[in-house]
Amino acid sequence: METDLGLWSILIAIVGGAIRVSTPFLFVSLGELLTERSGRINLGLEGTLVFGAMSGYGVAYLTGSAWAGVAAASVAGAMFGVVHGVICSIPRVNDIAIGIALMLFGMGLAFFFGKRFIQPVAPYLPSIPFGWWSDIPQIRAALDVNVLFLIGLGLALVISWMLRTTRVGLILRVVGDSTDAARAMGLRPVPIRIAATAAGGALAGIGGAYLSLYYPGSWTEGISSGQGLMAVALVIFARWNPVACIWAALLFGGAGALGPALQSVGITSGYYLFYAAPYVLTLGLLIATSSPTRAMSGAPGELSITK
Amino acid sequence: MQHAVIRPGESALLPCLARRAEPVVIPLLALLAGFAAFSLFLVSQGKSPVQYFSLVWLGGFGSAFSWQNTLSRTAPLLFAALCVALPARLGLVVIGGEGAIVLGGVTAGALGAALIGSGPVIALPVMAAGAMLVGGLWIGLAGGLRHYRGVNETISSLLLAYIAIALMNHLVEGPLRDPTSLNKPSTAALPPDLRVGNIPGLDVHWGLAVGVTCCVLAWMLIDRTTWGFAARIAGGNVRAAQVQGLPVGRLILGFCVLAGGFAGLAGMFEVTAVLGSANGSLVAGYGYTGILIAFLARHNPLVIIPVAILLAGFQASSGLIQRRMDLPDATVLVLQGFVFLSILMSEALYGRLKPFVPEKWRA
Repeated sequence: METDLGLWSILIAIVGGAIRVSTPFLFVSLGELLTERSGRINLGLEGTLVFGAMSGYGVAYLTGSAWAGVAAASVAGAMFGVVHGVICSIPRVNDIAIGIALMLFGMGLAFFFGKRFIQPVAPYLPSIPFGWWSDIPQIRAALDVNVLFLIGLGLALVISWMLRTTRVGLILRVVGDSTDAARAMGLRPVPIRIAATAAGGALAGIGGAYLSLYYPGSWTEGISSGQGLMAVALVIFARWNPVACIWAALLFGGAGALGPALQSVGITSGYYLFYAAPYVLTLGLLIATSSPTRAMSGAPGELSITK
Repeated sequence: MQHAVIRPGESALLPCLARRAEPVVIPLLALLAGFAAFSLFLVSQGKSPVQYFSLVWLGGFGSAFSWQNTLSRTAPLLFAALCVALPARLGLVVIGGEGAIVLGGVTAGALGAALIGSGPVIALPVMAAGAMLVGGLWIGLAGGLRHYRGVNETISSLLLAYIAIALMNHLVEGPLRDPTSLNKPSTAALPPDLRVGNIPGLDVHWGLAVGVTCCVLAWMLIDRTTWGFAARIAGGNVRAAQVQGLPVGRLILGFCVLAGGFAGLAGMFEVTAVLGSANGSLVAGYGYTGILIAFLARHNPLVIIPVAILLAGFQASSGLIQRRMDLPDATVLVLQGFVFLSILMSEALYGRLKPFVPEKWRA
């Protein structure tokens, strides 16, 4: 079909791009959400994301299996989470500063071990062609949805259910809202927080594997441009609600897809400014949702960032 | 606060010395612990830590040439560390200095290109002032958002850094691009009279001298003025400072603008002394190394000077280590990561080590 889609093609490209770009946002924000619900903040997920991208790509290349890469990235991410969790359990150690250190450390380690994986080509993660019904190539491309995106959607629903109705969810919420209440219930907050941070790191690692194994689909040192950090803001915007994370991730994904979508229809002036769209959006949402006087609704009580 | 019981005939010198030694010895121990952990990492990679550190000595500090290489890399690190240390006095963790460096550089490059022919006496101060203004606005924005809107300054400053880099790419590839810069889009090349030269007798550009001066000035501001005193109170307890009637908002804005101004100067010196025009090479990660330096120096501007020289030495020796030991350039990032984690963990030691706490001596 040779129809001129005009402005529609930009919209289709943004919708498709939103689905493609949002997946790492979704995984990292769900990971950050688990960590923050336990009362800690992990700013180091940017480093975890980059290390996940490298380790996922490297293992996928060495084993020939993209899923082995995803598994390796999640294990690596969990290890970073454990390191963050354990160090932050030392008294008087600041979780925000440790996050910054781990962000730089994760990137450094990823660049150190990743040099030899810059050239080789690793297998891609599979996608499902939901656009089979259409003849229009743009629609087919836009609706080519990666399996990890669907897993992320399911995971958001599962985490939401878990937090609301299960014992594990209740324990996590109590530890996150009040250390004293948790102790009174006979819970030990420290191991629970370490476990939550490790789980969060594992999810961030998977988000990184998506970056290198599907979109953009190769390992380079500039693979992540702040997605791990934006996810922290995204969780605040989603008010620590996993289902809201889905919409927030799609919104951020759409903003991230704006630049490439406009470029695909030949608009190239101000190209780099459109690349700043996700950061401007994040900052705008932070400004709109923060307040200097009252605590944020839905925030876990022990979270240092909202105190 | 506890006080040591001083008995008659006993000098108070020793307890005083012990307390003074604590903030010096603990960071040094943490630095050594970080080096030790990094050495184990090197051993696990089949490389020799002894060879690594001797090459760092050779490439960073061993000869006049290597000192010159190290000192040339020190200037931007001094400014970048000040950009973290000043807001830290008010309890803010600003990590987006990279953005102010980049925009300061672009501003200097653009002003320089516009002022070609007006001579260095007019052009250089205008370029420096412009770079400081833009950098100051950038970090001041993060500080203002924190105080007036409650936006976390750590996240906002880093987001602003990404926005700054996108803005730099846009300006350098678009409106400010010199049509003759084909391979690497840049602003117009600065003529020789607008390039900052070397300090006489040294093969190191003037940025180092200005950076050291700025560190001393920042130390005087924090330690010797009422503003610095007020900032330290506000950093300890915002409520208490407000009850005292201190202008917390203006202090935060002032310190953040000054911090960003210093970072902007780093960009200006990179453009006028090193690069010769503003381009993508401004994004060199100085802002991130600056974070580590400020934390290692415990946000003391005078201590920033030796710490920045030390880390510049590690960066200066990076090329030699890549060639001789077949290690990637990211090795220095791994080392910095170990040192950063170690220094943050050492916070737990304050007041715990018996030799530094006179109250515990008799127990």
